[in-house]
Amino acid sequence: MDNNTQNATVPKTKKPKKQSRFREVWKRYKRSPLAIAGLFIISCIILLALSAPFIAPSVDGMPGYNLQDWGNVRQFPSSEHIFGTDHLGRDVFSRIAHGAGISLRVGIVVITIGITFGITLGSIAGFYGGYIDNVFMRIIDIFLAIPNILLAIAIVAALEPGLTPVMIAVGIGAIPIYARTVRAQVLTYREQEFVEAARAAGASDFRIIVRHILPNCMAPVIVEASMGMAGAILAAAGLSFIGLGIEPPLPEWGAMLSEGRIWMLAGYWHLTVFPGLMIALIIFALNMIGDGLRDALDPKLRSGFSKRHFERLKVQAAQKIQEQSQATTVTKEGVA
Amino acid sequence: MDEKATNLLDVKELSIQFFLEEGTVHAVNNLSFSLKPGETIGIVGETGAGKTTTALGIMRLVQSPPGMIVSGSIEFEGQNLLDISEPEMRKVRGNKISMIFQDPMTSLNPVIPVIDQIAEVIMLHNEGTAKDAILKAEQMLEKVGIRIERAREYPHQFSGGMRQRVVIAIALACNPALLIADEPTSALDVTIQAQVLELMKDLKVEFNTSMIMITHDLGIVADICDKVAIMYAGNVVELADKYQLFRNPQHPYTIGLFNSIPDIKKDEETLKPIKGLMPDPTNLPSGCPFHPRCESAMPRCFEIVPQMVEVSQGHYVKCLRCTEGSAQNNKNEGGA
Repeated sequence: MDNNTQNATVPKTKKPKKQSRFREVWKRYKRSPLAIAGLFIISCIILLALSAPFIAPSVDGMPGYNLQDWGNVRQFPSSEHIFGTDHLGRDVFSRIAHGAGISLRVGIVVITIGITFGITLGSIAGFYGGYIDNVFMRIIDIFLAIPNILLAIAIVAALEPGLTPVMIAVGIGAIPIYARTVRAQVLTYREQEFVEAARAAGASDFRIIVRHILPNCMAPVIVEASMGMAGAILAAAGLSFIGLGIEPPLPEWGAMLSEGRIWMLAGYWHLTVFPGLMIALIIFALNMIGDGLRDALDPKLRSGFSKRHFERLKVQAAQKIQEQSQATTVTKEGVA
Repeated sequence: MDEKATNLLDVKELSIQFFLEEGTVHAVNNLSFSLKPGETIGIVGETGAGKTTTALGIMRLVQSPPGMIVSGSIEFEGQNLLDISEPEMRKVRGNKISMIFQDPMTSLNPVIPVIDQIAEVIMLHNEGTAKDAILKAEQMLEKVGIRIERAREYPHQFSGGMRQRVVIAIALACNPALLIADEPTSALDVTIQAQVLELMKDLKVEFNTSMIMITHDLGIVADICDKVAIMYAGNVVELADKYQLFRNPQHPYTIGLFNSIPDIKKDEETLKPIKGLMPDPTNLPSGCPFHPRCESAMPRCFEIVPQMVEVSQGHYVKCLRCTEGSAQNNKNEGGA
């Protein structure tokens, strides 16, 4: 085994090697081309959102997504308007660029609400169990019993239409999933010996939960979050589509889809196709990232075994053997 | 037991019970022993004899509910551990009393680099910056013979023996007065066992730590302990100096334990196991708990619960037959 006993006296020149967990996960993540594609698409969308103020800057106080041009309504895609213009003569591409930021913001805020409350509730319920667990989980069950979109509609209707109520509504709907995921994870980890060991080292309950149990539970939560972000964006788009989402001039993709749908039968396909395509793209990308993360974070694959890599090595080894045998036959012939 | 003042640990009449729906489990019954600074006591017994429960009881980590310390006292450095509050107890755990768990594979947190796990216990019990703690942790790693380059690696990158070294480093990081080792080598293979035991012995001398070594391996007892307590069904049935016990075992159970070790010189065909099984702890037999399996049981053993009796200097036995015989011996000696 270890010859460290002798090495302990050897002078140390090397600094402790920092082998980060992140790098390890990345190594496994990048094996999946689809996951990389997802990451690429999301990067493009983030870039689009960041560059929206430059693509379509505001003119005379009028925001870039609402520059109306009544002389050029419902134009098909051309070199001037690559995605065409809508029924008020606004450039669809500009609106989509501005909408990217809204969609991303919705996704991030919803996930933050869901994760914060979900982790808190789930970890307390899972760790203490018994009475607390029962009370918390029955509340969560009540939320789960109502379909997510219905719950969101009810909350938005109770508040008022707008971006913030939509985010709150969808965020509340997202809490139960995280609470359940975290609770299940905490239940498996709280019985582990390292928790007992932490307790034996004098750690408090809070410390045990935050430092010892939760980091172990994060893998499924991260996966759930990237998938859940897609769901949240879709839900927000859906709410906007039925008119409960954002206020009209704001270029939310769902709202754009809704506005464009009356023109669809009249042949103006670009008003619905582009926002729809964007929604599909971002959801596809987030799901692919979620899939990739799930595989990368799976502890069972921790050994870092890649079938493709293994096959490649096998082929290389076979080639080497062949070359060597050829080389030996050559030398033999040479000797002969 | 007259030098109470010098005893580091004084466990008196400790009883731990688990209240389950199926009945009350009498895990530990009226257990008493004491330990001087620097001394090592071995607690030996079969699976289910209550060894681990005793250890957890001393740490006050018996899971409650369903477990409970029903009576007795645990005096540590002149203070009854059962009287102090939970926050005070947390300051004792890991600092004054620390524990090594059986399985090094599960007693380390898989997502925290080992150096941080050692530093954590230092941070918990000492004032000072994280940097100081890391420095101290590096020293500890070196002491247990792990190269400093590996400090930032995760537990899954270590072998079993090295993980147990890390666990030992964590346990000794705060220089505890008492170390409880719960079968520290059972999960390791024999060569690594020897290394780890050697390391523990060295560090015990270096830090002048008292130790409670829980094991079922009499070889380890012979190697590392000063005195031995043999446990059976939650009772200490024999407590003696190591040499006295190995030379002159008194209790039929202890004799049975020695007989079940194969002797290479005698060339035996079959081992001599103790017949029967450990009694059900929810339903302990009347009288002496060992009488159903005892070959030399007398009718009185069925009725009378034997008391701990000192058969010779520092050698205590809980057996009616032994105490009768030795009482006579003592009289004879006294007469002579």
